[in-house]
Amino acid sequence: MANRINRDQVQHVAGLAKLEFTDAQLDAFTPQLDDIIGLFETLSEVDTDGVEATSSVSDQLNVMREDVADDWGQSHALLKNAPDAARGFIKVPAIIDESEDN
Amino acid sequence: MNYFKQDLASLHADLVAKKISSKELTQATFDNIKATDPKIDAFLALNEEAALDQATKIDAAGIKDDQPLAGIPVAIKDNIVTKDLTTTAASKILANFKPVYDATATEKLAAAQMVTVGKTNLDEFAMGGSTETSAFKQTKNAWDQTKVPGGSSGGSAAAVASGQVVAALGTDTGGSIRQPASFNGVVGMKPTYGRVSRWGLIAFGSSLDQIGPLTRGVKDNATILSAIAGHDDHDLTSSTQAVPNFAGDLNDAASVKGLRIGLPKEFLAEGVDDDVKNAILAAADTYRKLGATVDEVSLPHNKYGVAAYYIIASSEASSNLQRFDGIRYGYRAQDVKNLEDVYVKSRSEGFGDEVKRRIMLGTFSLSAGFYDAYFLKAAKVRTVIINDFKAVLKDHDFIMGPVAPTPAFDLGAEIQDPITMYMNDILTIPVNLAGLPGLSLPAGFSNNLPVGMQLIGRPFDESTLYKAGYVFEQNTDFHLQVPTLGGQN
Repeated sequence: MANRINRDQVQHVAGLAKLEFTDAQLDAFTPQLDDIIGLFETLSEVDTDGVEATSSVSDQLNVMREDVADDWGQSHALLKNAPDAARGFIKVPAIIDESEDN
Repeated sequence: MNYFKQDLASLHADLVAKKISSKELTQATFDNIKATDPKIDAFLALNEEAALDQATKIDAAGIKDDQPLAGIPVAIKDNIVTKDLTTTAASKILANFKPVYDATATEKLAAAQMVTVGKTNLDEFAMGGSTETSAFKQTKNAWDQTKVPGGSSGGSAAAVASGQVVAALGTDTGGSIRQPASFNGVVGMKPTYGRVSRWGLIAFGSSLDQIGPLTRGVKDNATILSAIAGHDDHDLTSSTQAVPNFAGDLNDAASVKGLRIGLPKEFLAEGVDDDVKNAILAAADTYRKLGATVDEVSLPHNKYGVAAYYIIASSEASSNLQRFDGIRYGYRAQDVKNLEDVYVKSRSEGFGDEVKRRIMLGTFSLSAGFYDAYFLKAAKVRTVIINDFKAVLKDHDFIMGPVAPTPAFDLGAEIQDPITMYMNDILTIPVNLAGLPGLSLPAGFSNNLPVGMQLIGRPFDESTLYKAGYVFEQNTDFHLQVPTLGGQN
Protein backbone atom coordinates (compact mmCIF):
# COMPACT_ATOMS: atom_id res chain seq x y z
CA MET A 1 0.00 0.00 0.00
CA ALA A 2 0.93 3.63 -0.45
CA ASN A 3 3.44 3.03 -3.19
CA ARG A 4 2.38 5.97 -5.25
CA ILE A 5 1.50 8.54 -2.60
CA ASN A 6 2.25 8.43 1.10
CA ARG A 7 0.76 10.12 4.13
CA ASP A 8 3.28 12.98 4.12
CA GLN A 9 2.58 13.72 0.46
CA VAL A 10 -1.17 13.69 1.10
CA GLN A 11 -0.61 16.20 3.88
CA HIS A 12 1.53 18.33 1.56
CA VAL A 13 -1.15 18.32 -1.17
CA ALA A 14 -3.81 19.16 1.44
CA GLY A 15 -1.74 22.21 2.38
CA LEU A 16 -1.63 23.32 -1.27
CA ALA A 17 -5.41 22.87 -1.50
CA LYS A 18 -6.05 24.73 1.78
CA LEU A 19 -7.61 21.67 3.37
CA GLU A 20 -6.78 19.98 6.62
CA PHE A 21 -7.42 16.39 7.67
CA THR A 22 -7.51 14.62 10.99
CA ASP A 23 -5.28 11.58 11.51
CA ALA A 24 -8.27 9.30 10.96
CA GLN A 25 -9.13 11.08 7.70
CA LEU A 26 -5.52 10.82 6.52
CA ASP A 27 -5.61 7.09 7.27
CA ALA A 28 -8.73 6.71 5.13
CA PHE A 29 -7.76 9.08 2.31
CA THR A 30 -4.17 7.97 1.71
CA PRO A 31 -4.91 4.43 0.46
CA GLN A 32 -7.97 5.66 -1.49
CA LEU A 33 -5.95 8.32 -3.29
CA ASP A 34 -3.18 5.80 -3.84
CA ASP A 35 -5.62 3.41 -5.54
CA ILE A 36 -7.06 6.16 -7.73
CA ILE A 37 -3.59 7.34 -8.74
CA GLY A 38 -2.90 3.71 -9.63
CA LEU A 39 -5.88 3.92 -12.00
CA PHE A 40 -4.40 7.15 -13.44
CA GLU A 41 -1.16 5.35 -14.18
CA THR A 42 -2.88 3.01 -16.65
CA LEU A 43 -2.66 5.98 -19.05
CA SER A 44 1.03 5.18 -19.51
CA GLU A 45 -0.17 2.26 -21.70
CA VAL A 46 -1.38 4.79 -24.31
CA ASP A 47 1.22 5.92 -26.84
CA THR A 48 0.94 9.71 -26.96
CA ASP A 49 4.22 10.49 -28.71
CA GLY A 50 3.67 13.47 -30.98
CA VAL A 51 0.04 13.88 -29.79
CA GLU A 52 -1.07 17.41 -28.93
CA ALA A 53 -2.82 17.95 -25.61
CA THR A 54 -6.51 18.97 -25.71
CA SER A 55 -7.46 21.70 -23.26
CA SER A 56 -10.73 22.85 -24.84
CA VAL A 57 -13.37 21.37 -27.15
CA SER A 58 -15.12 24.68 -27.72
CA ASP A 59 -15.55 25.76 -31.34
CA GLN A 60 -14.89 29.37 -30.30
CA LEU A 61 -11.26 30.44 -30.31
CA ASN A 62 -9.73 33.68 -29.10
CA VAL A 63 -12.95 35.60 -28.63
CA MET A 64 -12.02 39.23 -28.05
CA ARG A 65 -13.95 42.03 -26.41
CA GLU A 66 -13.25 45.56 -25.25
CA ASP A 67 -12.01 45.75 -21.69
CA VAL A 68 -14.67 48.04 -20.31
CA ALA A 69 -15.33 48.57 -16.61
CA ASP A 70 -18.93 47.69 -15.78
CA ASP A 71 -20.61 48.74 -12.58
CA TRP A 72 -23.32 46.17 -12.10
CA GLY A 73 -24.78 48.23 -9.29
CA GLN A 74 -25.09 45.14 -7.16
CA SER A 75 -22.54 45.71 -4.42
CA HIS A 76 -25.23 45.97 -1.77
CA ALA A 77 -26.94 42.77 -2.94
CA LEU A 78 -23.61 40.95 -3.20
CA LEU A 79 -22.64 41.93 0.34
CA LYS A 80 -25.78 40.24 1.64
CA ASN A 81 -24.11 36.91 0.84
CA ALA A 82 -20.91 37.83 2.70
CA PRO A 83 -20.53 36.08 6.06
CA ASP A 84 -19.48 39.39 7.66
CA ALA A 85 -19.69 42.90 6.25
CA ALA A 86 -19.56 46.49 7.46
CA ARG A 87 -19.78 49.91 5.76
CA GLY A 88 -19.84 48.43 2.28
CA PHE A 89 -16.87 46.14 2.84
CA ILE A 90 -16.41 42.44 3.58
CA LYS A 91 -14.93 41.91 7.05
CA VAL A 92 -12.26 39.26 7.58
CA PRO A 93 -10.05 38.36 10.55
CA ALA A 94 -6.55 39.80 10.75
CA ILE A 95 -3.92 38.17 8.57
CA ILE A 96 -1.63 37.91 11.59
CA ASP A 97 -2.66 35.56 14.35
CA GLU A 98 -4.76 37.63 16.73
CA SER A 99 -3.66 35.61 19.74
CA GLU A 100 -0.04 36.72 19.06
CA ASP A 101 -1.22 40.26 18.53
CA ASN A 102 -2.80 40.67 21.94
CA MET B 1 -55.48 17.65 -11.41
CA ASN B 2 -53.64 14.74 -12.98
CA TYR B 3 -51.01 15.83 -15.48
CA PHE B 4 -48.76 12.76 -15.18
CA LYS B 5 -49.59 11.43 -18.64
CA GLN B 6 -49.37 14.84 -20.29
CA ASP B 7 -46.51 16.29 -22.26
CA LEU B 8 -45.51 19.85 -23.09
CA ALA B 9 -47.66 19.95 -26.22
CA SER B 10 -50.84 18.70 -24.52
CA LEU B 11 -50.36 20.98 -21.51
CA HIS B 12 -49.76 23.88 -23.89
CA ALA B 13 -52.97 23.06 -25.79
CA ASP B 14 -54.94 22.92 -22.52
CA LEU B 15 -53.45 26.23 -21.38
CA VAL B 16 -54.22 27.98 -24.68
CA ALA B 17 -57.77 26.58 -24.68
CA LYS B 18 -58.08 27.69 -21.04
CA LYS B 19 -59.06 24.19 -19.93
CA ILE B 20 -56.54 24.80 -17.18
CA SER B 21 -54.77 27.90 -15.96
CA SER B 22 -51.06 28.13 -15.26
CA LYS B 23 -51.92 28.88 -11.65
CA GLU B 24 -53.97 25.68 -11.37
CA LEU B 25 -51.20 23.66 -12.99
CA THR B 26 -48.54 25.24 -10.79
CA GLN B 27 -50.62 24.68 -7.64
CA ALA B 28 -51.24 21.07 -8.67
CA THR B 29 -47.49 20.67 -9.15
CA PHE B 30 -46.77 21.85 -5.61
CA ASP B 31 -49.55 19.64 -4.21
CA ASN B 32 -48.09 16.70 -6.08
CA ILE B 33 -44.52 17.42 -4.98
CA LYS B 34 -45.67 17.67 -1.38
CA ALA B 35 -47.49 14.35 -1.68
CA THR B 36 -44.69 12.40 -3.38
CA ASP B 37 -41.47 14.04 -2.22
CA PRO B 38 -41.45 12.42 1.23
CA LYS B 39 -40.82 9.19 -0.73
CA ILE B 40 -38.51 10.55 -3.43
CA ASP B 41 -36.70 13.53 -1.81
CA ALA B 42 -36.00 15.10 -5.19
CA PHE B 43 -36.24 18.74 -4.10
CA LEU B 44 -33.91 20.86 -1.98
CA ALA B 45 -36.02 24.03 -2.20
CA LEU B 46 -39.47 25.00 -3.43
CA ASN B 47 -40.26 28.36 -4.98
CA GLU B 48 -43.95 28.33 -4.12
CA GLU B 49 -44.85 31.95 -3.54
CA ALA B 50 -42.88 33.40 -6.46
CA ALA B 51 -43.98 30.60 -8.81
CA LEU B 52 -47.70 31.04 -8.07
CA ASP B 53 -47.28 34.78 -8.45
CA GLN B 54 -45.56 34.32 -11.82
CA ALA B 55 -48.25 31.85 -12.97
CA THR B 56 -51.01 34.31 -12.03
CA LYS B 57 -49.34 37.01 -14.12
CA ILE B 58 -48.92 34.64 -17.07
CA ASP B 59 -52.63 33.76 -16.87
CA ALA B 60 -53.57 37.44 -16.76
CA ALA B 61 -51.50 38.18 -19.87
CA GLY B 62 -52.89 35.13 -21.67
CA ILE B 63 -50.96 32.27 -23.32
CA LYS B 64 -50.68 32.37 -27.07
CA ASP B 65 -50.14 29.61 -29.64
CA ASP B 66 -46.54 30.59 -30.25
CA GLN B 67 -45.55 30.30 -26.57
CA PRO B 68 -45.11 26.52 -26.26
CA LEU B 69 -43.57 26.62 -22.79
CA ALA B 70 -45.55 29.47 -21.23
CA GLY B 71 -47.10 28.72 -17.87
CA ILE B 72 -45.61 25.23 -17.57
CA PRO B 73 -43.67 24.30 -14.39
CA VAL B 74 -40.01 23.29 -14.58
CA ALA B 75 -37.48 22.16 -11.97
CA ILE B 76 -33.85 23.32 -11.91
CA LYS B 77 -30.84 21.38 -10.64
CA ASP B 78 -29.42 23.18 -7.65
CA ASN B 79 -25.99 23.90 -9.15
CA ILE B 80 -27.62 26.32 -11.62
CA VAL B 81 -28.02 29.75 -10.07
CA THR B 82 -31.49 31.24 -9.70
CA LYS B 83 -31.89 34.84 -8.63
CA ASP B 84 -33.14 35.21 -5.05
CA LEU B 85 -33.73 31.45 -4.82
CA THR B 86 -31.29 29.55 -2.63
CA THR B 87 -28.68 27.72 -4.71
CA THR B 88 -26.52 25.29 -2.75
CA ALA B 89 -24.89 22.84 -5.19
CA ALA B 90 -25.95 20.41 -2.40
CA SER B 91 -22.97 21.63 -0.36
CA LYS B 92 -22.84 22.85 3.21
CA ILE B 93 -20.41 25.51 1.98
CA LEU B 94 -23.24 27.18 0.01
CA ALA B 95 -26.13 26.29 2.33
CA ASN B 96 -27.40 29.88 2.58
CA PHE B 97 -26.30 31.21 -0.78
CA LYS B 98 -28.83 33.41 -2.60
CA PRO B 99 -27.62 34.34 -6.09
CA VAL B 100 -28.04 37.92 -7.27
CA TYR B 101 -28.45 36.86 -10.90
CA ASP B 102 -29.96 34.09 -13.04
CA ALA B 103 -28.06 31.56 -15.13
CA THR B 104 -28.53 32.18 -18.85
CA ALA B 105 -30.38 28.85 -19.21
CA THR B 106 -32.90 29.71 -16.50
CA GLU B 107 -33.20 33.26 -17.78
CA LYS B 108 -34.11 31.84 -21.19
CA LEU B 109 -36.71 29.53 -19.64
CA ALA B 110 -38.13 32.51 -17.75
CA ALA B 111 -38.24 34.48 -21.01
CA ALA B 112 -40.24 31.57 -22.48
CA GLN B 113 -42.45 31.96 -19.37
CA MET B 114 -41.75 28.61 -17.82
CA VAL B 115 -42.42 28.60 -14.10
CA THR B 116 -39.52 27.53 -11.86
CA VAL B 117 -41.09 25.47 -9.08
CA GLY B 118 -37.93 24.49 -7.22
CA LYS B 119 -34.35 23.30 -7.04
CA THR B 120 -33.46 19.64 -7.27
CA ASN B 121 -30.97 17.58 -5.33
CA LEU B 122 -27.60 16.48 -6.71
CA ASP B 123 -24.28 15.06 -5.67
CA GLU B 124 -22.32 17.81 -3.92
CA PHE B 125 -21.01 20.14 -6.66
CA ALA B 126 -22.22 17.47 -9.15
CA MET B 127 -19.43 15.13 -8.05
CA GLY B 128 -20.89 11.66 -7.94
CA GLY B 129 -23.07 9.17 -9.72
CA SER B 130 -25.74 8.42 -7.14
CA THR B 131 -26.78 11.74 -5.54
CA GLU B 132 -25.48 10.22 -2.29
CA THR B 133 -22.78 12.86 -1.80
CA SER B 134 -25.43 15.57 -1.33
CA ALA B 135 -24.89 17.28 2.02
CA PHE B 136 -28.63 17.54 2.58
CA LYS B 137 -30.72 14.56 1.60
CA GLN B 138 -30.81 11.24 -0.20
CA THR B 139 -32.93 11.21 -3.33
CA LYS B 140 -34.46 7.83 -4.18
CA ASN B 141 -35.04 6.15 -7.51
CA ALA B 142 -38.59 6.78 -8.75
CA TRP B 143 -39.03 3.08 -9.59
CA ASP B 144 -37.66 1.56 -6.41
CA GLN B 145 -36.96 3.63 -3.34
CA THR B 146 -34.22 1.25 -2.16
CA LYS B 147 -32.18 2.13 -5.26
CA VAL B 148 -30.11 5.20 -6.11
CA PRO B 149 -31.56 7.70 -8.59
CA GLY B 150 -28.18 7.94 -10.28
CA GLY B 151 -26.32 11.18 -10.38
CA SER B 152 -25.37 13.74 -10.24
CA SER B 153 -28.70 15.07 -11.61
CA GLY B 154 -30.57 12.48 -9.51
CA GLY B 155 -33.11 14.98 -8.18
CA SER B 156 -34.05 16.26 -11.64
CA ALA B 157 -34.35 12.72 -13.06
CA ALA B 158 -36.43 11.40 -10.15
CA ALA B 159 -38.67 14.49 -10.22
CA VAL B 160 -39.48 13.93 -13.91
CA ALA B 161 -39.82 10.13 -13.60
CA SER B 162 -42.16 10.37 -10.61
CA GLY B 163 -44.38 12.83 -12.43
CA GLN B 164 -43.66 15.81 -10.20
CA VAL B 165 -42.68 17.93 -13.20
CA VAL B 166 -42.76 17.34 -16.95
CA ALA B 167 -39.32 18.85 -17.43
CA ALA B 168 -36.18 19.68 -15.47
CA LEU B 169 -32.72 21.02 -16.15
CA GLY B 170 -29.67 18.98 -15.24
CA THR B 171 -25.95 19.29 -15.83
CA ASP B 172 -23.55 16.74 -17.25
CA THR B 173 -19.77 16.72 -16.73
CA GLY B 174 -19.18 12.97 -17.11
CA GLY B 175 -22.66 11.50 -17.48
CA SER B 176 -24.64 13.40 -14.85
CA ILE B 177 -27.71 13.93 -17.06
CA ARG B 178 -27.61 10.69 -19.06
CA GLN B 179 -26.97 8.19 -16.26
CA PRO B 180 -29.76 9.35 -13.89
CA ALA B 181 -32.07 9.60 -16.93
CA SER B 182 -31.21 5.96 -17.66
CA PHE B 183 -31.70 4.87 -14.03
CA ASN B 184 -35.13 6.56 -13.87
CA GLY B 185 -36.45 5.71 -17.34
CA VAL B 186 -36.58 9.26 -18.69
CA VAL B 187 -34.96 11.14 -21.56
CA GLY B 188 -31.81 13.20 -20.94
CA MET B 189 -29.67 15.19 -23.36
CA LYS B 190 -26.06 16.24 -22.80
CA PRO B 191 -25.73 18.78 -25.61
CA THR B 192 -22.57 19.46 -27.61
CA TYR B 193 -20.04 21.41 -25.57
CA GLY B 194 -20.82 25.08 -26.25
CA ARG B 195 -24.44 24.50 -27.29
CA VAL B 196 -25.81 25.87 -24.01
CA SER B 197 -24.25 28.75 -22.10
CA ARG B 198 -22.57 27.78 -18.84
CA TRP B 199 -23.12 31.24 -17.38
CA GLY B 200 -24.56 30.69 -13.92
CA LEU B 201 -23.68 27.01 -13.80
CA ILE B 202 -21.53 26.54 -10.69
CA ALA B 203 -18.35 25.37 -12.38
CA PHE B 204 -17.02 21.85 -11.79
CA GLY B 205 -15.00 20.86 -14.90
CA SER B 206 -15.21 23.88 -17.17
CA SER B 207 -14.02 22.11 -20.32
CA LEU B 208 -16.61 19.34 -19.79
CA ASP B 209 -19.72 20.87 -18.13
CA GLN B 210 -22.96 21.30 -20.08
CA ILE B 211 -26.53 22.09 -19.04
CA GLY B 212 -29.27 20.00 -20.64
CA PRO B 213 -32.92 18.94 -20.28
CA LEU B 214 -34.53 15.88 -18.66
CA THR B 215 -38.05 15.02 -19.80
CA ARG B 216 -40.40 12.07 -20.19
CA GLY B 217 -40.25 12.06 -23.99
CA VAL B 218 -37.84 12.94 -26.79
CA LYS B 219 -39.95 15.70 -28.32
CA ASP B 220 -40.31 17.56 -25.02
CA ASN B 221 -36.57 17.30 -24.59
CA ALA B 222 -35.96 18.80 -28.02
CA THR B 223 -38.37 21.66 -27.30
CA ILE B 224 -36.57 22.59 -24.08
CA LEU B 225 -33.11 22.39 -25.66
CA SER B 226 -34.10 24.82 -28.41
CA ALA B 227 -35.27 27.21 -25.68
CA ILE B 228 -32.05 27.17 -23.64
CA ALA B 229 -29.40 26.88 -26.40
CA GLY B 230 -27.46 29.56 -28.20
CA HIS B 231 -24.50 31.91 -27.99
CA ASP B 232 -24.12 34.03 -24.90
CA ASP B 233 -21.67 36.89 -24.45
CA HIS B 234 -21.32 35.81 -20.83
CA ASP B 235 -19.81 32.45 -21.84
CA LEU B 236 -17.21 32.82 -24.54
CA THR B 237 -17.05 29.04 -25.03
CA SER B 238 -20.72 29.07 -26.08
CA SER B 239 -21.06 28.50 -29.79
CA THR B 240 -22.30 30.99 -32.37
CA GLN B 241 -23.83 28.11 -34.39
CA ALA B 242 -27.50 28.66 -35.21
CA VAL B 243 -29.94 26.79 -32.95
CA PRO B 244 -32.40 24.62 -34.90
CA ASN B 245 -35.99 24.08 -33.89
CA PHE B 246 -35.06 20.60 -32.68
CA ALA B 247 -38.66 19.45 -32.24
CA GLY B 248 -39.67 20.69 -35.68
CA ASP B 249 -38.83 17.50 -37.56
CA LEU B 250 -40.19 15.09 -34.95
CA ASN B 251 -43.34 13.94 -36.71
CA ASP B 252 -44.68 11.00 -38.70
CA ALA B 253 -42.24 11.71 -41.53
CA ALA B 254 -39.21 11.21 -39.25
CA SER B 255 -37.21 8.16 -40.31
CA VAL B 256 -33.89 6.43 -39.73
CA LYS B 257 -33.95 4.83 -43.17
CA GLY B 258 -30.50 4.85 -44.71
CA LEU B 259 -28.72 6.03 -41.57
CA ARG B 260 -25.49 4.31 -40.58
CA ILE B 261 -25.16 3.58 -36.90
CA GLY B 262 -21.98 2.45 -35.15
CA LEU B 263 -22.20 0.06 -32.22
CA PRO B 264 -18.78 -0.02 -30.49
CA LYS B 265 -17.78 -3.48 -29.37
CA GLU B 266 -16.17 -1.92 -26.26
CA PHE B 267 -19.64 -0.72 -25.18
CA LEU B 268 -20.86 -4.30 -24.81
CA ALA B 269 -17.70 -5.63 -23.23
CA GLU B 270 -17.15 -7.30 -19.89
CA GLY B 271 -18.74 -5.49 -16.96
CA VAL B 272 -21.91 -4.65 -18.87
CA ASP B 273 -24.93 -6.51 -17.45
CA ASP B 274 -26.57 -9.08 -19.71
CA ASP B 275 -29.96 -7.37 -19.48
CA VAL B 276 -28.36 -4.07 -20.51
CA LYS B 277 -26.49 -5.73 -23.35
CA ASN B 278 -29.64 -7.46 -24.58
CA ALA B 279 -31.66 -4.23 -24.48
CA ILE B 280 -29.08 -2.53 -26.69
CA LEU B 281 -28.88 -5.46 -29.11
CA ALA B 282 -32.67 -5.44 -29.35
CA ALA B 283 -32.61 -1.69 -30.02
CA ALA B 284 -30.05 -2.28 -32.77
CA ASP B 285 -32.46 -4.79 -34.32
CA THR B 286 -35.27 -2.25 -34.08
CA TYR B 287 -33.15 0.27 -36.00
CA ARG B 288 -32.22 -2.36 -38.60
CA LYS B 289 -35.89 -3.22 -39.13
CA LEU B 290 -36.59 0.48 -39.65
CA GLY B 291 -34.06 0.67 -42.47
CA ALA B 292 -30.86 1.76 -40.74
CA THR B 293 -27.53 -0.05 -40.91
CA VAL B 294 -25.89 -0.99 -37.61
CA ASP B 295 -22.18 -1.84 -37.84
CA GLU B 296 -19.88 -3.09 -35.15
CA VAL B 297 -17.21 -0.41 -34.71
CA SER B 298 -14.36 0.16 -32.27
CA LEU B 299 -13.41 2.93 -29.86
CA PRO B 300 -10.13 1.31 -28.83
CA HIS B 301 -9.18 3.87 -26.14
CA ASN B 302 -12.58 4.03 -24.48
CA LYS B 303 -11.29 2.21 -21.40
CA TYR B 304 -8.81 5.01 -20.69
CA GLY B 305 -11.58 7.58 -20.53
CA VAL B 306 -12.23 7.14 -16.81
CA ALA B 307 -8.60 7.72 -15.81
CA ALA B 308 -8.16 10.69 -18.17
CA TYR B 309 -11.45 12.17 -16.98
CA TYR B 310 -10.75 11.90 -13.27
CA ILE B 311 -7.44 13.71 -13.78
CA ILE B 312 -8.84 16.45 -16.02
CA ALA B 313 -12.17 17.00 -14.23
CA SER B 314 -10.53 16.92 -10.79
CA SER B 315 -7.81 19.34 -11.90
CA GLU B 316 -10.39 21.76 -13.24
CA ALA B 317 -12.44 21.30 -10.06
CA SER B 318 -9.48 21.98 -7.78
CA SER B 319 -9.01 25.27 -9.61
CA ASN B 320 -12.72 26.18 -9.82
CA LEU B 321 -13.39 25.41 -6.16
CA GLN B 322 -10.64 27.70 -4.91
CA ARG B 323 -13.27 30.43 -4.88
CA PHE B 324 -14.98 28.80 -1.92
CA ASP B 325 -12.82 30.30 0.78
CA GLY B 326 -15.27 31.64 3.37
CA ILE B 327 -14.70 35.28 2.43
CA ARG B 328 -17.31 36.64 0.02
CA TYR B 329 -20.16 34.17 0.31
CA GLY B 330 -21.02 30.80 1.72
CA TYR B 331 -19.94 29.10 4.91
CA ARG B 332 -17.29 30.69 7.12
CA ALA B 333 -15.81 28.73 10.00
CA GLN B 334 -16.17 30.49 13.33
CA ASP B 335 -13.32 29.21 15.46
CA VAL B 336 -10.47 30.98 13.66
CA LYS B 337 -7.33 32.83 14.73
CA ASN B 338 -6.33 34.45 11.43
CA LEU B 339 -7.16 34.75 7.76
CA GLU B 340 -5.40 31.52 6.75
CA ASP B 341 -7.57 29.75 9.30
CA VAL B 342 -10.69 31.11 7.59
CA TYR B 343 -9.65 29.50 4.31
CA VAL B 344 -8.55 26.16 5.71
CA LYS B 345 -11.28 25.65 8.29
CA SER B 346 -14.13 26.97 6.12
CA ARG B 347 -13.14 24.62 3.29
CA SER B 348 -12.42 21.66 5.54
CA GLU B 349 -15.72 22.03 7.40
CA GLY B 350 -17.75 23.12 4.36
CA PHE B 351 -16.82 20.49 1.76
CA GLY B 352 -17.83 16.83 1.96
CA ASP B 353 -15.47 13.89 1.46
CA GLU B 354 -16.03 13.32 -2.27
CA VAL B 355 -15.40 16.98 -3.08
CA LYS B 356 -12.24 16.90 -0.95
CA ARG B 357 -11.12 13.74 -2.74
CA ARG B 358 -11.50 15.43 -6.13
CA ILE B 359 -9.77 18.61 -4.99
CA MET B 360 -6.89 16.49 -3.67
CA LEU B 361 -6.63 14.46 -6.90
CA GLY B 362 -6.68 17.62 -8.98
CA THR B 363 -4.20 19.50 -6.84
CA PHE B 364 -1.89 16.48 -6.93
CA SER B 365 -2.20 16.09 -10.72
CA LEU B 366 -1.33 19.76 -11.26
CA SER B 367 1.42 19.99 -8.65
CA ALA B 368 5.11 20.52 -9.40
CA GLY B 369 6.77 17.29 -10.44
CA PHE B 370 3.52 15.51 -11.33
CA TYR B 371 1.97 17.82 -13.94
CA ASP B 372 3.58 16.18 -16.98
CA ALA B 373 2.97 12.61 -15.83
CA TYR B 374 -0.67 13.15 -14.91
CA PHE B 375 -2.42 16.30 -16.21
CA LEU B 376 -0.52 16.65 -19.48
CA LYS B 377 -0.68 12.91 -20.17
CA ALA B 378 -4.45 12.93 -19.58
CA ALA B 379 -4.88 15.92 -21.91
CA LYS B 380 -3.02 13.98 -24.63
CA VAL B 381 -5.06 10.83 -24.06
CA ARG B 382 -8.12 13.08 -24.43
CA THR B 383 -6.93 13.89 -27.96
CA VAL B 384 -6.54 10.16 -28.70
CA ILE B 385 -10.10 9.50 -27.47
CA ILE B 386 -11.43 12.38 -29.61
CA ASN B 387 -9.68 10.90 -32.64
CA ASP B 388 -11.35 7.52 -31.99
CA PHE B 389 -14.78 9.18 -32.14
CA LYS B 390 -13.84 11.20 -35.24
CA ALA B 391 -12.82 8.03 -37.06
CA VAL B 392 -16.14 6.30 -36.32
CA LEU B 393 -18.36 9.35 -36.91
CA LYS B 394 -16.68 10.03 -40.26
CA ASP B 395 -18.80 7.34 -41.88
CA HIS B 396 -21.50 6.78 -39.25
CA ASP B 397 -24.36 9.17 -38.52
CA PHE B 398 -24.26 8.36 -34.84
CA ILE B 399 -23.06 5.83 -32.26
CA MET B 400 -25.36 3.75 -30.08
CA GLY B 401 -24.69 1.87 -26.85
CA PRO B 402 -25.70 1.59 -23.21
CA VAL B 403 -25.63 4.60 -20.88
CA ALA B 404 -24.35 2.71 -17.87
CA PRO B 405 -23.10 -0.86 -17.41
CA THR B 406 -25.93 -1.66 -14.94
CA PRO B 407 -29.39 -0.49 -13.94
CA ALA B 408 -29.76 1.51 -10.70
CA PHE B 409 -27.87 -0.07 -7.79
CA ASP B 410 -28.78 -0.23 -4.10
CA LEU B 411 -28.57 2.88 -1.95
CA GLY B 412 -25.32 2.74 0.02
CA ALA B 413 -23.85 -0.08 -2.06
CA GLU B 414 -20.94 1.79 -3.68
CA ILE B 415 -20.52 5.04 -1.79
CA GLN B 416 -17.54 3.76 0.22
CA ASP B 417 -15.73 2.57 -2.89
CA PRO B 418 -14.72 5.52 -5.10
CA ILE B 419 -13.13 3.50 -7.90
CA THR B 420 -16.20 1.27 -8.38
CA MET B 421 -18.35 4.40 -8.45
CA TYR B 422 -16.02 6.09 -10.97
CA MET B 423 -16.04 3.06 -13.29
CA ASN B 424 -19.84 3.36 -13.65
CA ASP B 425 -19.14 6.37 -15.87
CA ILE B 426 -17.04 4.45 -18.39
CA LEU B 427 -19.64 4.76 -21.18
CA THR B 428 -20.62 8.40 -20.64
CA ILE B 429 -17.30 10.09 -19.78
CA PRO B 430 -15.66 9.79 -23.23
CA VAL B 431 -18.54 11.80 -24.72
CA ASN B 432 -17.74 14.74 -22.42
CA LEU B 433 -14.02 14.46 -23.12
CA ALA B 434 -14.83 14.76 -26.84
CA GLY B 435 -17.48 17.48 -26.33
CA LEU B 436 -20.06 15.50 -28.33
CA PRO B 437 -23.85 15.42 -27.84
CA GLY B 438 -25.24 12.38 -26.02
CA LEU B 439 -28.90 11.42 -25.66
CA SER B 440 -30.14 8.92 -23.10
CA LEU B 441 -33.56 7.35 -23.60
CA PRO B 442 -35.53 4.38 -22.22
CA ALA B 443 -34.75 1.11 -24.03
CA GLY B 444 -35.70 -1.71 -21.71
CA PHE B 445 -36.10 -3.07 -18.20
CA SER B 446 -34.11 -5.30 -15.91
CA ASN B 447 -35.93 -6.64 -12.84
CA ASN B 448 -38.46 -3.80 -13.11
CA LEU B 449 -35.73 -1.17 -13.28
CA PRO B 450 -35.32 0.98 -16.41
CA VAL B 451 -32.41 0.45 -18.79
CA GLY B 452 -31.26 3.37 -20.92
CA MET B 453 -29.75 3.60 -24.37
CA GLN B 454 -27.23 6.25 -25.33
CA LEU B 455 -27.00 7.86 -28.78
CA ILE B 456 -23.82 9.83 -29.46
CA GLY B 457 -23.60 12.24 -32.38
CA ARG B 458 -21.33 14.54 -34.30
CA PRO B 459 -20.69 18.00 -32.82
CA PHE B 460 -23.82 20.17 -32.99
CA ASP B 461 -25.85 17.37 -34.58
CA GLU B 462 -28.34 16.93 -31.76
CA SER B 463 -31.01 16.90 -34.51
CA THR B 464 -30.00 13.43 -35.71
CA LEU B 465 -30.03 12.08 -32.15
CA TYR B 466 -33.46 13.50 -31.45
CA LYS B 467 -34.77 12.12 -34.72
CA ALA B 468 -33.36 8.66 -34.04
CA GLY B 469 -34.66 8.81 -30.46
CA TYR B 470 -38.10 9.90 -31.59
CA VAL B 471 -38.34 7.14 -34.18
CA PHE B 472 -37.29 4.61 -31.53
CA GLU B 473 -40.01 5.91 -29.20
CA GLN B 474 -42.61 5.60 -31.95
CA ASN B 475 -41.73 1.92 -32.36
CA THR B 476 -41.36 0.89 -28.71
CA ASP B 477 -43.34 1.37 -25.52
CA PHE B 478 -40.59 1.64 -22.88
CA HIS B 479 -41.16 5.38 -22.48
CA LEU B 480 -44.87 4.82 -21.82
CA GLN B 481 -44.25 2.77 -18.69
CA VAL B 482 -44.25 4.72 -15.47
CA PRO B 483 -43.34 3.91 -11.88
CA THR B 484 -46.09 3.30 -9.36
CA LEU B 485 -45.65 5.62 -6.44
CA GLY B 486 -49.21 5.75 -5.27
CA GLY B 487 -51.07 9.03 -5.33
CA GLN B 488 -51.77 10.47 -8.74
CA ASN B 489 -50.58 7.54 -10.84
